[in-house]
Amino acid sequence: MPTLDFRSAIREALDEELAADERVILFGEDIAVAGGVFATTTGLYEKYGAERVFDTPISELALAGAAFGSAVTGLRPVLEVMFGDFLGLAMDSLVNQSTKYWFLTEEQVSVPLTIRSVVGAGGRFGAIHSQMPVSWFMGVPGLKIVGPSTPADAKALLKASIRDDNPVLFFEHKRLYGNQGEVDATPARLGEAAVVREGTDVTIATAMKSVHDALEAAEALAADRVLAEVIDLRTLRPLDLETVVASVRKTNRLAVVEEGPVTGGWAGEVLASVTEDALGYLDDAWRIATPNTPIPYSPPLEDAFLPGPARIAAEIRRRLR
Amino acid sequence: MSRVSDEPATGVLDDVELYLGIYRRMLLIRGFEDLVQSLFLKGEVYGTTHLYSGQEAVATGVASLLEERDRVAATYRGHGHALALGVDPQKLLDEMLARETGINGGRAGSMNVNSLADRLIGSFGIVGGSIAAATGAALALQRTTGGVAVAYFGDGAMNQGYFFECLNFAQVLKLPLLLVCENNQYGEYTPFRSVTAGEIRARAEVMEVPAETIDGMSVWAVREAAARAVAHARGGNGPAFIEALTYRFVGHSRSDPGAYRPEGELERWKQRDPIVLLRAQLEAEGVDGARLDELEQAVARELEEMRERGLAAPFPSELAAREFKD
Repeated sequence: MPTLDFRSAIREALDEELAADERVILFGEDIAVAGGVFATTTGLYEKYGAERVFDTPISELALAGAAFGSAVTGLRPVLEVMFGDFLGLAMDSLVNQSTKYWFLTEEQVSVPLTIRSVVGAGGRFGAIHSQMPVSWFMGVPGLKIVGPSTPADAKALLKASIRDDNPVLFFEHKRLYGNQGEVDATPARLGEAAVVREGTDVTIATAMKSVHDALEAAEALAADRVLAEVIDLRTLRPLDLETVVASVRKTNRLAVVEEGPVTGGWAGEVLASVTEDALGYLDDAWRIATPNTPIPYSPPLEDAFLPGPARIAAEIRRRLR
Repeated sequence: MSRVSDEPATGVLDDVELYLGIYRRMLLIRGFEDLVQSLFLKGEVYGTTHLYSGQEAVATGVASLLEERDRVAATYRGHGHALALGVDPQKLLDEMLARETGINGGRAGSMNVNSLADRLIGSFGIVGGSIAAATGAALALQRTTGGVAVAYFGDGAMNQGYFFECLNFAQVLKLPLLLVCENNQYGEYTPFRSVTAGEIRARAEVMEVPAETIDGMSVWAVREAAARAVAHARGGNGPAFIEALTYRFVGHSRSDPGAYRPEGELERWKQRDPIVLLRAQLEAEGVDGARLDELEQAVARELEEMRERGLAAPFPSELAAREFKD
């Protein structure tokens, strides 16, 4: 199997989907001639031309509207919103047009659009280029939210997102772009979590960059004979609760690690749902998330803000004592 | 803008039979809105409604220029936009009545009607949302069928970011987009002049988009301007803009009696009722008044039958709502 970095896996998925279906178009700010500010779209403009891959004004309202309108008029648009923090500007069309249409048309007209966006902290980008906007969108019926953690998933899940017939928000954590991994041609399905490390003492459910932090914490805990099972949720809306509940029935403990403010976050949704389904199996359940503050810039402040491997391992040791 | 003369002359209408069809459509829209209002007062129409009465010339004039491959995005004042495109009035009424037989099965209601089979992408409940939807449709049509996308919106939408962003986006990409601003003088309860800087048309002109301000009470003035605008957009020259000066003969929504209007303003506009103007013009072109009376009676009968059928139609079952999977 070839080894790719996460960035190249994204680019390959876009390339393959543009090649496979002429209805797929790709647009956003600086994505064509310049190849994307995170270099995820390099060469696609040269390969597919300005009809299919084009630069746009810095106009997220118009871009989100263009994605909706073109999706219901025969195309399969892929829009890049440079930073997830800018999704507030795209929110009206996405929430009030794209995610309503399948319902309002009595499930007759789908809205096959994908919005890719770069998210997450740890890059010293400060309060408004580092956020994790998942929880802004968790309560929006009609929307899928995908967040891969590995190059293999980045490629497979982006391809599945573009092939999905209704709106998908696809989040790329900026601190994963350089990660290397084996990438095969196996397709993936949205809405399926993966057990990425087996264990019997505690379940850690998480996503994106935090999957790597959880695996590092699990390795440290193993030295203390605490066997943590790590679940990569991969899709945050809809959540694959079956996989989490199956794990909890074995481990009886659940820690949900969310990069995002603890209040109103998706970790609370996981805990609530697992509690409803499997209360009798739970000895302990809690969230490891970020504080309810904006994201600081200074490295020591930002590092302390994030739920890294040391904090995950320490909290699990304390709760299992 | 030169206002169309209210003294009818012959030879103004390029195709009398076509205008008879438009006249019938305008009567249908006015009668439909009167019916919706009366059903609302009886508690048969729920929530809120925004009626199109007074603005009929705009939707019917523009729609008379559109082809099968074109697409339209309407506003929440969209019953007239839908009927002008040929949406089945019975299904539209049934949607207002929240019945299973509604055009969207009772899921949409007055503000959210859609019917792609009739070229109507949707009616959009956010001010300016129609501009966004039509911009995207224009992006797709430019790459596929060569159709034109039309957005209707009010003077209120001129102050939304959607207008500036989408017009610029459409102009730099030369999208086949027709923007129709129905300036009915009020954004909700507020006169547009008191919340809008400068001239509406100038905002399009600054982006070098061809723009006209027209008499929106004259359907032939609308049709002539729309022909120029559609030709521009269809010819690959980018978007075109029309500001149609018009007036709503009712309040903003069902709960608004329109008390903020200066005395005499409504009456002055009603003297230029687009239906009355077209009737006078048709008669000046030699159409027999009795034929026009018959048309009016036929539409009234049709609406009465629709009312009865609509009120007899079933409501959707509760199960249908639970079955939805996102």
